[in-house]
Amino acid sequence: MIKAILIFNNHGKPRMSKFYEHYTEDTEQQIIRETFHLVSKRDENVCNFLEGGLLIGGSENKLIYRHYATLYFVFCVDSSESELGILDLIQVFVETLDKCFENVCELDLIFHLDKVHNILAEMVMGGMVLETNMSEIITQVEAQGKMEKSEAGIAGAPARAVSAVKNMNLPEMPKNINIGDISIKVPNLPSFK
Amino acid sequence: MALKIVKGSIDRMFDKNLQDLVRGIRNHKEDEAKYISTCIDEIKQELKQDNIAVKANAVCKLTYLQMLGYDVSWAAFNIVEVMSSSKFTFKRIGYLAASQCFHEGTDVIMLTTNQIRKDLSSPNQYDTGVALTGLSCFVTPDLARDLANDIMTLMSHTKPYIRKKAVLIMYKVFLKYPESLRPAFPRLKEKLEDPDPGVQSAAVNVICELARRNPKNYLSLAPLFFKLMTSSTNNWVLIKIIKLFGALTPLEPRLGKKLIEPLTNLIHSTSAMSLLYECVNTVIAVLISLSSGMPNHSASIQLCVQKLRILIEDSDQNLKYLGLLAMSKILKTHPKSVQSHKDLILQCLDDKDESIRLRALDLLYGMVSKKNLMEIVKKLMLHVDKAEGTTYRDELLTKIIDICSQSNYQYITNFEWYISILVELTRLEGTRHGHLIASQMLDVAIRVKAIRGFAVAQMATLLDNAHLLTGNTQRNGICEVLYAAAWICGEFSEHLEDPMQTLEAMLRPKVATLPGHIQAVYVQNAAKLFATVLQKHEGETDSQAAQETSQLLIDRLPLFVQSANLEVQERASCILQLVKYIQKLQQKNVEVAEEVTALFAGELNPVAPKAQKKVPIPEGLDLDAWINEPPSESESEDEKPKAVFAKEEPKHYRSRNTEVDEKELARRREVRKQEQANNPFYIKASPSSQKVYDAPGVEHIPVVQIDLSVPLKVPGMPMSDQYLKLEEERQQKEKAERKKKEKKKKREKRGKGRKADSGPESEEDITPAQHVDIVTEEMPENALPSDDDDKDPNDPHRALDIDLDKPLADSEKLPVRTHRPEVLKSPAEDRVSESVPPETKKKSSKEKKEKKKDKEKDRKRSKEEKKKKKKHKEVEEELLESQPEEPVQSEETKEAAAPPTSTSAEASDLDFWLSSAPVPPAAQEVTVPSSAVETSSAAVPESEPDEPKDTEPEDTKSSKHKKKKQKKEKEEKEKKKKKRHHHHHHHGEAGGEDSVQNGTVEEEEPLPPMSNYSVLAENSFIKMMREDAEQVYDIQGNHQDESKVVVSIIFENKSDSFLKSMEFNVLDSLNSKLQRPEGAGPHDGLTVPFQLPPGVSNEARFVFSVQSIVMPQKLKGTLTFIVKSDESSTHEKLDFKLHFTCTSYLITTPCYSDAYAKLLESGDLKGSSLRLEGINMPFHHLLARICFHHHFSVVERIDSCASMYSRSIQGHHVCLLVKTSDQTVSIDAKCDEPSLLGNVLDELKQTFSKC
Repeated sequence: MIKAILIFNNHGKPRMSKFYEHYTEDTEQQIIRETFHLVSKRDENVCNFLEGGLLIGGSENKLIYRHYATLYFVFCVDSSESELGILDLIQVFVETLDKCFENVCELDLIFHLDKVHNILAEMVMGGMVLETNMSEIITQVEAQGKMEKSEAGIAGAPARAVSAVKNMNLPEMPKNINIGDISIKVPNLPSFK
Repeated sequence: MALKIVKGSIDRMFDKNLQDLVRGIRNHKEDEAKYISTCIDEIKQELKQDNIAVKANAVCKLTYLQMLGYDVSWAAFNIVEVMSSSKFTFKRIGYLAASQCFHEGTDVIMLTTNQIRKDLSSPNQYDTGVALTGLSCFVTPDLARDLANDIMTLMSHTKPYIRKKAVLIMYKVFLKYPESLRPAFPRLKEKLEDPDPGVQSAAVNVICELARRNPKNYLSLAPLFFKLMTSSTNNWVLIKIIKLFGALTPLEPRLGKKLIEPLTNLIHSTSAMSLLYECVNTVIAVLISLSSGMPNHSASIQLCVQKLRILIEDSDQNLKYLGLLAMSKILKTHPKSVQSHKDLILQCLDDKDESIRLRALDLLYGMVSKKNLMEIVKKLMLHVDKAEGTTYRDELLTKIIDICSQSNYQYITNFEWYISILVELTRLEGTRHGHLIASQMLDVAIRVKAIRGFAVAQMATLLDNAHLLTGNTQRNGICEVLYAAAWICGEFSEHLEDPMQTLEAMLRPKVATLPGHIQAVYVQNAAKLFATVLQKHEGETDSQAAQETSQLLIDRLPLFVQSANLEVQERASCILQLVKYIQKLQQKNVEVAEEVTALFAGELNPVAPKAQKKVPIPEGLDLDAWINEPPSESESEDEKPKAVFAKEEPKHYRSRNTEVDEKELARRREVRKQEQANNPFYIKASPSSQKVYDAPGVEHIPVVQIDLSVPLKVPGMPMSDQYLKLEEERQQKEKAERKKKEKKKKREKRGKGRKADSGPESEEDITPAQHVDIVTEEMPENALPSDDDDKDPNDPHRALDIDLDKPLADSEKLPVRTHRPEVLKSPAEDRVSESVPPETKKKSSKEKKEKKKDKEKDRKRSKEEKKKKKKHKEVEEELLESQPEEPVQSEETKEAAAPPTSTSAEASDLDFWLSSAPVPPAAQEVTVPSSAVETSSAAVPESEPDEPKDTEPEDTKSSKHKKKKQKKEKEEKEKKKKKRHHHHHHHGEAGGEDSVQNGTVEEEEPLPPMSNYSVLAENSFIKMMREDAEQVYDIQGNHQDESKVVVSIIFENKSDSFLKSMEFNVLDSLNSKLQRPEGAGPHDGLTVPFQLPPGVSNEARFVFSVQSIVMPQKLKGTLTFIVKSDESSTHEKLDFKLHFTCTSYLITTPCYSDAYAKLLESGDLKGSSLRLEGINMPFHHLLARICFHHHFSVVERIDSCASMYSRSIQGHHVCLLVKTSDQTVSIDAKCDEPSLLGNVLDELKQTFSKC
């Protein structure tokens, strides 16, 4: 079982958190902080496994993480998951994000939290791996995206226009974002097949 | 309407959307909290609007804020509103928010039941998908109960996208509503063979999760998973299955044997590291469950270790880490194979990655031996020095202590060295583990008597240099060591060189800065030292010195009397008064030393930590009964504080006996011992530890002299390294000596074990430097076996420990939504009510029901919430009305609820599959469905001695098992021969009779005992018995022409003389050859690797290579041996004929009925048949015999007809169809090699003509 999936940046700011067990908001933040503390002090060239944090589940659990550009992707799993399998899964997740956002970067995740959740929901459900085949995941995500667009129809057009105008009104927007416009590099790794 | 939409979207234009919110937060870095609180206010306004789009937008923003740590549960109702929107876009936002913040305590969840049910049955697959995803995160027991049936229906949905989600969510449903497991399980099992790989993977996932917690309930699925494992190409599925097998094998060792081969194949073939790693892991689990040192297993172990070495050597740190992790599992059972990679593991200790270093440390724990302990610890000590001030150093420290103290100090040959290491470890700054070192010091000093002298000397120097340890306040973790030092010096003060100096050191004013519990020990032990000093001075009649000592105490103790610590204060004042009294006596020139020492007389024995718990409560004792009438409430209060002290320092309670008279003392001791012996509450010394105390005292122990003239860095801190050198020299010397001795002994020693493969220098050969008695911890004599239940009672998975093979009872059906729940008494009525009710009535009744339900649940809730609900009543009703009246799926449940009649048959199938053995009697009860699993599995072990466990040579019958078998064997033969050799086999007969009796006592008609061994040849000296169905295996694989056959032969010495130099030789034929070692000629004999003392039997195995297997073979052979009696020795020989039947080339191979059918259809097989008349044995006995003697396995059995299958070592298929009616058995057989078939049938006929 996967207990939690966390994405945070190099400064420990959460970019997405998905807990498959209930915690209060405070505990969740504490877990994120603790995990960041554990993960961030590790060198680049060390292994991607960490014996669990204290808050989630304790000793039976493992943290499996990958670090891409400015982001950490951390999966907290118990002993029934294969360590290397989860590493591959993280890779699939990131590659899927990359495909869905077209060169994904931290900003995409920040502004489209809901979309990230939707993509994740096609891969992991209730803490269990649902699908590992990237093309299948993308097909489902895109089909749902299309449905959304068709529902918005004419009524959605003005809203889109407004948000475009809003973006135009803020020409300095990229300047405010001092980090994160480096896109996540997805290295080629041996995938499942 | 259109206007409304336009208005809504115009509204939206000016609302912040998620992107605006994020942007805003990023622009308000300084006052983020303030900005967010204004945003939340805005959101609250938005939520009040009617427009669902606005609400959805607000909820979306809340999801983001929830991630940042803001509690958004106040908006739960709005989330439900958004969830119930008809638009997918909004629905998805709603469900996402719900999945992020709903949990079991969220009360609005109960309002969602109908909405979710509606979404689940939506025609749009993505509505269903979103609902399932959301539900998987917030399912509650109520939701699970109400929706279980709907979800179960979805498991057979036409779209695989829905099916896989429905299958996966079932796990969550089972967890919350365990009653649903049994009705849903058959369908879940079906999904294992779903055409869609995603659904299949989901089903595997769920069953693996279930089986991991309660593996025994899922053993019957093993054949199915085995099939999946050999057919699936999806690595995810494979990994899951292989992990599952890892959990199952400990329960069923036979499964392990089946797995080894396919797993090894996977290891060889796969390129995916993740799969390789899991295979290795499971192979390890299998080998652990088999835990035997059979040669073929050592090959698998070697393969695993080899692959792991590759992983560890890889540059990828992940692989390195996992390699080490798996290695530590092998270590537990096969330490030898890991030990050879010590170099690699020590190398990993230097790795820059801490995770890897920690794993390597774990491994070291199991790699130490007497030989290398010092060396390894030395390396670790170097690391300790390097790793100053990190948590890793603390880890090192605990590991050093763990390694040294493991299994009762098994590997320590020199305790002086160990004490030195401990003393060296006290130099560590800021460690948290002072108490650990202290407890080790105490333990060693108490339990290793021989070391006390040395330990005391070391501890005295430690005490003397206490300022080094306590100088820095940050080091206070380590000052715990002083606790141990003070106690050891006091307790064993007779070993002190200069007790006066130590006494002085213990009473220094600086001691008062130590923690209270240490001071207390100081004070108490100062008193002990005082007694020793007094005795010493009085022995020398130096009354002046004695009085000075008393004065010293009287001067120094007041400091402790003032201590804030109660314990210190009390002890100090007691002792101060005592010393004052002694001083008075001294001034009157009264000899007091003896009396004072008597205060501390007696030995303290180590008591096992659990000893007290294990004292059994004697019969008739009721600990809860009052001994006296209970006192009134008010009186009992002031008795409590007692326990405070008892807990703190129990070691100091000792018998105090002030009698001077030696005789009186002895008498009293006797009386006391008597009393104790009769007193059930007294923890008696076990006989073994008693013996230890009587063992020769300290004088007899050669103590290695340390050259103390070498200046030490810190006074009293000996360098442990010198012991290493000493040890090396000593071992060298011993080795030389041993070699001499060995040469002498060599001749006698041969043939001690069958396989003399012990290493050149086994660990046992290293003798400890000192003769050391490790005192065992005391336990009460009749200690109860520990019955700790390690299962957590709160574990939700406990509820899922459900027997899945029992047929479903009516009461277990999943609750189906009905219109009148009270009518649900009989399914028939149910159906009627379903078809009849008119539309209007339906609606109203449902509403009523819903309200009723609400009411029930609301009872506990506060009134305020009810008020709130009223406010939302409108919406609620809207929700309720919007439900469509979909048909109730009662057929579905019925279908699922149909009793799975095949399950008990499955259980016996499993046995067949696993053992390829005859049907145990219990398996006959196929039609009796109740708890058949239980009985059949219980019956298996009973009949096991009669079954061939497996035909593969890696068979792991325990030696015990084998002996039993042999005994039975003998017994049988004895009977046949009418006890001709009666006098030789008294022991065998007795044992045999017993076991036969056991067999006949069984209630059900048992299988007649079947023997595997037949007499090959015998004379007055020796009997050779050969395993009838010799074990066959094919080393080279099917494509090779040459196959190998192993023949096991038991040699039994029947004479009164010693038999030795046995040589086994066979005249090779063109077809069959005995495998001889390389370099031996074709006519040389093989030496039997053991000797036989009178009356002893032993087994040897010989390998033959066979080219053609279609014909039976006969080989002539001779056994030559020397008979050695007291007077003479003579050469003897015995001729024999080895008969290789065709069935001996068959391997029991399981076959699935579908594969079997295909095989028969293929038409490649040629047929033949056989009729046997006058067979009057039960059909299952007949099948068992065929299985046992001819290595077939039953594919399918229907009444008095069965299909059987076997495969030859060269891959020929042999199929049998056995039918029986009135003592006539007809066997139709098919095989792709007619001559093989003919011979097999002939042999079958012979088997049955014998009986």
